[in-house]
Amino acid sequence: MNRREFVFSGGALVVAFTWRRPAAAQAPTEAAPAGRTLATDEVDAFLAIGADGRVTIYSGKVDLGQGLRVAIPQMAAEELGCGVERIAFVEGDTALTPDQGPTAGSTGIMRGGVQIRQAAATAREALLDLAAARLARPRAELALVDGEVRATGGASLGIGELVGGRRLGVKLDPKAPLTNPARFRVIGKPLPRPDVAAKVAGTHRFVHDVVVAGMLHGAVVRPPAVGAKLVEVDEASVAAIGGVRVVRIRDFLGVVAAAEWDAMRAARALKARWSDGTGLVGDAGVRAWMKKGPPVDETLVKRGDAAAALAGAAKRIAAEYYWPMHSHASLGPSCAIADIREGEATIWSASQATHRFRGTIARLLGLARENVRVIYVDGAGCYGMNGHDDAAADAALLSRAVGKPVRVQWTREDELGWDPKGPPQLLALEGAVDDDGRIAAWRTRMWIPRATANLPSMPLLGPQAAGIEQVPGLSTGLISQNGNPPYAVANQEVVVHWLADAPLRPSNLRAPGKIANGFAVESFTDELAAVARQDALAFRLAGLGDPRGIEVVKRAAALIDWQARPSPGPGGVGRGIAYLHYKNNETYVAIAMEAEVDRRSGAIRVRRVGCAHDCGLVINPDGVRAQIEGSILQTLSRALFEEVKFDRARVTSVDFASYPLLRFPDVPRIAIDLVLRQHAPPLGAGEAAATPVAAALANAVYDAAGIRLRDVPFTRERVRAAFG
Amino acid sequence: MARITLTVNDRERALDVRDPGEPLLFVLRNQLGLTGAKYGCGVGQCGACTVLVDGEAVRSCLVPAGSAAGRAVTTVEHLGTAERPGPLQRAFIEQQAAQCGYCVPGMVMSAAALLRRNPRPTGDEVKRALDGNLCRCGTHQRIIDAVLLAAGTR
Repeated sequence: MNRREFVFSGGALVVAFTWRRPAAAQAPTEAAPAGRTLATDEVDAFLAIGADGRVTIYSGKVDLGQGLRVAIPQMAAEELGCGVERIAFVEGDTALTPDQGPTAGSTGIMRGGVQIRQAAATAREALLDLAAARLARPRAELALVDGEVRATGGASLGIGELVGGRRLGVKLDPKAPLTNPARFRVIGKPLPRPDVAAKVAGTHRFVHDVVVAGMLHGAVVRPPAVGAKLVEVDEASVAAIGGVRVVRIRDFLGVVAAAEWDAMRAARALKARWSDGTGLVGDAGVRAWMKKGPPVDETLVKRGDAAAALAGAAKRIAAEYYWPMHSHASLGPSCAIADIREGEATIWSASQATHRFRGTIARLLGLARENVRVIYVDGAGCYGMNGHDDAAADAALLSRAVGKPVRVQWTREDELGWDPKGPPQLLALEGAVDDDGRIAAWRTRMWIPRATANLPSMPLLGPQAAGIEQVPGLSTGLISQNGNPPYAVANQEVVVHWLADAPLRPSNLRAPGKIANGFAVESFTDELAAVARQDALAFRLAGLGDPRGIEVVKRAAALIDWQARPSPGPGGVGRGIAYLHYKNNETYVAIAMEAEVDRRSGAIRVRRVGCAHDCGLVINPDGVRAQIEGSILQTLSRALFEEVKFDRARVTSVDFASYPLLRFPDVPRIAIDLVLRQHAPPLGAGEAAATPVAAALANAVYDAAGIRLRDVPFTRERVRAAFG
Repeated sequence: MARITLTVNDRERALDVRDPGEPLLFVLRNQLGLTGAKYGCGVGQCGACTVLVDGEAVRSCLVPAGSAAGRAVTTVEHLGTAERPGPLQRAFIEQQAAQCGYCVPGMVMSAAALLRRNPRPTGDEVKRALDGNLCRCGTHQRIIDAVLLAAGTR
């Protein structure tokens, strides 16, 4: 299965799904071709040429809605001298696609696409060599065009005829020449994504829509308190529904039924008695809990002598910034189907890391890795590790218990209550400006949960409840990056106070850590500019040396017709700007924003947003724009509205009323200026634009109203309180 | 077991449901194979399950299937196909107004209901009409533009 073929024909977009169905099942599984290699030093792992001259790309990176499904074929097509219509794209199937690592950290193009492009370039060279021998023509007279090797003077040979169905058998050559950007025909074009038409028509197959023959529906009953033990289950409480099987494995409790609605209502009706939980700190207590530690300290940056420079400075300020826990809040709750029978496991999952999850399932179920197959199928928005692996583990436990394929779809309450959360972050900043109005000293201290080194996978809920051994630890992503000012500061220090735990189970959430760090660093930069009575844009440009950084800052400011003045402004509409060099070595991005504040209600209205973005080589500019738009709006939602609420027992913000998301009336106009650097390497576009959003907003609010918001979310209550 | 008769996408369908309270959403998805409408929250807060009932946008996760008997149910599948999309769907495709796409069928149906009662909405009217539809990927601007494009008011 999972063999998505797409065809672009004459401007109209045609999407065809080839679901090869084994006789026994509607299951979208396709047997792995015999002898297929997944070794990442082999071109055949990434690419196959059919007898019909069509090319299949096998990608370990998956399309989570970010557009890899067209962008990676564009990269391959460029090197193969064809259009994307010749290319089929198979993704994230452990039996078919090589392990290119998780689809995470903006690496889809930067690593995954680059690797496949190199494989395609190697394939092109191999095809030309083969054709030179077959046609008895000098290699220099041959070119690969539209699926044919053409010789000057007329002779040609189709690639299907040349190698169709057979392996190329060549090693991936890291030095195979890449197409000169001056001659790009496919890279850099805003080609439409092949899946959009079916998504709009309602026929695109999400993991939620997959049907496997004989499949049952399962639901898991979570305890009323985190860490509670199951004392007693009253199976008779669901007898009236009929045909419901209750599955209990220690503290893991689930139901399985033939119909989805029966499983859902049975999970709701099932009466169970639980012990008290292990006790949570509660959302109001997180900040004090983080300060208390005890932490393990690490100095990340030390230049000059920040302590001495701060102590001796005349104009010195300090401020604390807080970023709460956030849910991924994917629009569809997590869902997976598992078929665990006779020592074999097949999982259909929206996993961002099917190969990693294959190992996880093998460990959890005590199966040999080669007997586990994980097949990626689109989920509902993945911005990091949401509940997709948890749901798959739930399905696996239930399937093993009943001996049939089981589909588990979480409820909304499950998702907001139990998805692993973006970790909380607390930052304390100190800084000073000198008499020339420059930043003389800077110190960042951050309190954050520490990710466990070499954690094979995030501990999953179902196996934990079932008493299955897992490597304990925290997963957070690289959340300490970008805590330093991106400006010239002679005396600077960044210290992390690492915490051994987190208030709720954490995981990677889009641009892990960098959104909160950018919020603190770029808000504080504005606070220093205000102390120096300087225009926020001029203040930044005075300290910025990197020409690519300077360019995005200037271009973002121009998008909202930046008026130079110190902040706060005269009232009314305010404007703010923020800049970040993602991870200090990837994408450059600046965001300028206009906002106004209603003093009486406390409502913030964002009027317009301008983003200038330099991610090096742009494969598909429309795809990059969509990622920037999404990063901006999702982060506005997080900054304005979102905080996971929890008491001593459990998460209480479990619907979209208590965990509100940005809505249409809140949506500003967004203008995007893409800096095209087609001769540079690609740097990733899925996360960077999220990182300056909260600071640009806080800075615009300060300019508009003279209030400095340092705690996310910027709720109406907080805004009113800030006015005093 | 209760027998209900629904009119879905202009076709009359007789169905057996075990629970008359089963929401229309699950009957559409699991019994009729119309999986365009999605489960997002189950309590009418996200709009992913939006379909038309007698031309009005409703949350199919809240409507007991039995109560839709005798009324005309229209799902996103009725507006066109990927190969032959309807005009509103064409506008969404033109704007590439989907990222993960899970919310999109509901967006299309809420927009279809808007255009039925107000064929030439302004941007603000589109925003108000879609206020009950959530998108987590941040595709809002393209969705607004798509609806305005379909209406000819862009």
